[in-house]
Order: sequence, then C-alpha cells, then structure tokens
Amino acid sequence: MNLLEMKHVKKSFGNLQVLRDISLEVKDGEIVSIIGPSGSGKSTLLRCATLLETMDAGTLKYEDTVVAENDPNGKAAYADKKTIRKVSSVFGLVFQQFNLFPHWNVMQNVTDAVINVQKKSKAEAEKIGMELLEKMGLSDKANYYPFQLSGGQQQRVAIARALALNPKVLFFDEPTSALDPELTGEVLKVIKSLKDLKIAMVIVTHEMSFARDISDKVIFMADGVIVEQGSAEEVFNSENERMQAFLGRYKDIL
Amino acid sequence: MALSQIIIELLEGLAVSVRIFLITLLFSLPLGLVIAFGRMSKNNIISSITKIYISIMRGTPLMLQLFVVYYGPYYLFNIKLSPTYRNSAVYIGFIINYAAYFAEIYRSGIQSMPVGQYEAATLLGYSKFQTFVRIILPQVIKRILPSVTNEVITLVKDTSLAFSISVMEMFTKAKALSSSQTSMTPLIVAGLFYYVFNFVVAFLMDKAEKKLDYYK
Ligand SMILES: Nc1ncnc2c1ncn2[C@@H]1O[C@H](COP(=O)(O)OP(=O)(O)OP(=O)(O)O)[C@@H](O)[C@H]1O
Ligand SMILES: [Mg+2]
Repeated sequence: MNLLEMKHVKKSFGNLQVLRDISLEVKDGEIVSIIGPSGSGKSTLLRCATLLETMDAGTLKYEDTVVAENDPNGKAAYADKKTIRKVSSVFGLVFQQFNLFPHWNVMQNVTDAVINVQKKSKAEAEKIGMELLEKMGLSDKANYYPFQLSGGQQQRVAIARALALNPKVLFFDEPTSALDPELTGEVLKVIKSLKDLKIAMVIVTHEMSFARDISDKVIFMADGVIVEQGSAEEVFNSENERMQAFLGRYKDIL
Repeated sequence: MALSQIIIELLEGLAVSVRIFLITLLFSLPLGLVIAFGRMSKNNIISSITKIYISIMRGTPLMLQLFVVYYGPYYLFNIKLSPTYRNSAVYIGFIINYAAYFAEIYRSGIQSMPVGQYEAATLLGYSKFQTFVRIILPQVIKRILPSVTNEVITLVKDTSLAFSISVMEMFTKAKALSSSQTSMTPLIVAGLFYYVFNFVVAFLMDKAEKKLDYYK
C-alpha cells in the first residue's frame, strides 16, 4: 500500500494555474526529492499534501484514508474534520524559514505538542525530546531560545520538533535555502542521518548532489507538471530537453 | 485647613481614582480582546458593528461619553436611577471607551504575527484555540506591551474626567478644596499624587516588559 497517493492534482491561484495535473506516490520509508525551477509549483504541491492549501481537483490519500477526491463536478471534496485531524498525525513539515516558536526554549519547542496534542506525560515527552536533540547534535542546547541559535541549529530543532510527533512521512520545503552555505552541510548531514529512522521523506531542494545521493526517487517539476520521475540516475541522465536545461546550471557540482 | 487635612482628603479621593483605574483595566483588557475578535471576524455584520463602535469610542470625547452613560437612561428612556448610579456610570463609561482602544492594539498585534507561526502550529496538530492561547497570545502580549503602557498611563490621568459627573475622585476633591480654601495647594498636592501614581505604573509596566525580554 502507498503511504501517500496524489492523483491528477490541480491548483490555481486566480488565473495562474500552478499545478496542472500532478500524480505521485510515496511508499513507506521512501525518500523522494522534488527538484525544478523557481515557480514551478513545488511548494504549492507540498502545501496541498500537508493540507495548508486545498486542491481545486484531484485525489489525496494517506494509507487507506481518503482525504480528498473529486466530487461528480470534478472538484476536490475534502473529508470531514475528524478524518482530517486523524490523518494529520501521519505527516510533518519542515519549513524553509524554520518557524520555531520564539517564546519557548528548544526543549519546549520539541516537546510541547507531544504533551499538549498527543497528551503524553511531560517526562515521556522530554525523554523523546532529549533523544532527538542528541541525534541532531543539540543536546547541550535544550535550554537555549531560538534567537540564541544559528540558522542551521534552528533548522535542526525544527526537524526534531517534527520528528517528536513520530510522523510516517516528513516533508521538507527547501530546508537549507535560508542558510549560509557553511551551515547547509550540517543540516543536510542530519537529514541524511534520518535514513535509519525508516520514515518516508519528501524533500524539495535545490541541492542537486544531495538529492542525487539520498533519493530513492527524484521528481523533476516544471510549470506545474511532472516532467520526469524515476531513480536519481534515470532522472539526472535524462535526455529530456527541459531537464537538461535545468541541470545545466548545476553541471559543475554534479 | 492644615496641609495634613488636605492630604487626608485627597488620599480619600486617590483611593477612588485608583479604584476606577483598576476596575477599568480589569474589565476593559479582556473586553478589548473580545472586541478585537469581532473586528477581525469574517462575518461582515459583526465586523462592521465593532468597527463603528470603535470609531465612535475613539472619535468622541470621553467626557461626553460619561455624560451619555450617566444621563442617557433618564433623557432617552425616562429611567430614574439612584445617585449612586454615578459610580457605575463612571466604570461603564471608562470600560467601554478603553476596551475600544485596547481592541485596536490587540488587533494590530495579532495581525502582525507571521503566518508561519499559525502554519507550524497547524502542522503540529494544535487546535485553533490552543494555537491562540499557547503560541499567538504570549507573543502578541510582548509586542503590544509598549502601546498598552501608553494607554494605561493615559488612563491614570483620564480618571480625573470622572469629576464631570461629580464622582468624588481626587481631582473633584482637589477642585472643591481649592475653591473653598481659595488656595492652589490642594491642586499642587493632587498633581504630585497623580505624578507618583503614574511613576509607580510606569515602573511596573517597565518590569513587565523586562520580564518578557528573555526572547526576541
Ligand atoms: N498564495 C498564493 N497566491 C497567489 N499565488 C501564489 C500563491 N502561492 C504561490 N503562488 C504562485 O504560484 C507559483 C508557484 O509557486 P511555488 O511557491 O509553488 O513555486 P516553487 O516551485 O516552490 O518555487 P521556489 O523554488 O521559488 O520556491 C508562483 O508563481 C507563485 O507566485
Ligand atoms: Mg518553494
């Protein structure tokens, strides 16, 4: 069974058709990278998958739960609130701008939802939190506030915060593009280390060599459609003209 | 009349002023939040009504509003209220006026919050209520504290407007003492008391701001 299934997804903002007809599948534990030029609709796709945006048309399914599918008029009809609330625990999202809660220290950022949403005890939440902070190389920063951390450290806290809720798939929207080049490496290293957690990851990124190394599947998007998808090798060696034009900019690092 | 007698009389008045001040804050701060929600409501009727309400409260003199609250029931509806109603009238007048100012402060604070905070909270599974109480409001309070301080300091001085419907607060007393004694002294002492009152308020608000300085 697929963990995530999106079929014939369409989304417009006013007259601008951002997603034209997108279909993709993510399996348990699969690592998928989404690459493509700016404005091609990558963020919009993630925002539809994580329910921050509603699709105009198409199917969205997590495991066997249908979150949205077309009604007879061909418009996406969403499931009731209860279903959506339940399915929301399956996925997490790491933002480009981290979006940590500035009034809470690192440990509170990581554990608050575990305590107040998942209703686990504080002790249990802090045990989960400490383990994750250790994994992120931040165990000595538990009492720091976000403004006291570097961008790379903040992003690692954000990753820990998302992981604390134990999602089956974690989405990343350009997790390193707000960072200085020297901080990008530490975050990419941490994301690579998540491979052994066996959770699925869907990563929008402009870091081509990272995408090539980590991905089970690479999706190349342009103008609201998927132009190529397949293994990293297949996609990066594709003869497709747009793919070649896009990759041309990265040739020196690949 | 001895200075000590004047001071005692004025201190009695000061107690009334402080009570107006505290009761106004106690009710107008939460009421302001409710009005701010009304103002931001997606329901057009609710948001229009609150918008008009706020603009009347901010666009007309507080003294006039106190008159309307105090004399309104009689002139408009022929309801006779006991003279002690003047105390309630002062509270009502101040609360509905200040709530309007606080509502606008809350609104600007809430609208200044980055949308990313809401989106992160949604992704973590917080309900709308939890998001507001746990994540948005604490940050809004920090952002609006300087503007709230300004209003609170204005309120200390505004309590003297209660003299217009003859409530025996400090300014009313000082004015009466001054004319009966043909002396400036009661007014000067009252001025001193207002100054100290505000000094204490400013000190407390500054402490509150410092307390929230632990994050940026
Ligand atoms: N809320 C919105 N309202 C209007 N237009 C939007 C909105 N969100 C995105 N768009 C437009 O949709 C198009 C696709 O945007 P999107 O952010 O999905 O692209 P992207 O592939 O993530 O680009 P980038 O690599 O720059 O992040 C852009 O033209 C953008 O301006
Ligand atoms: Mg984007």
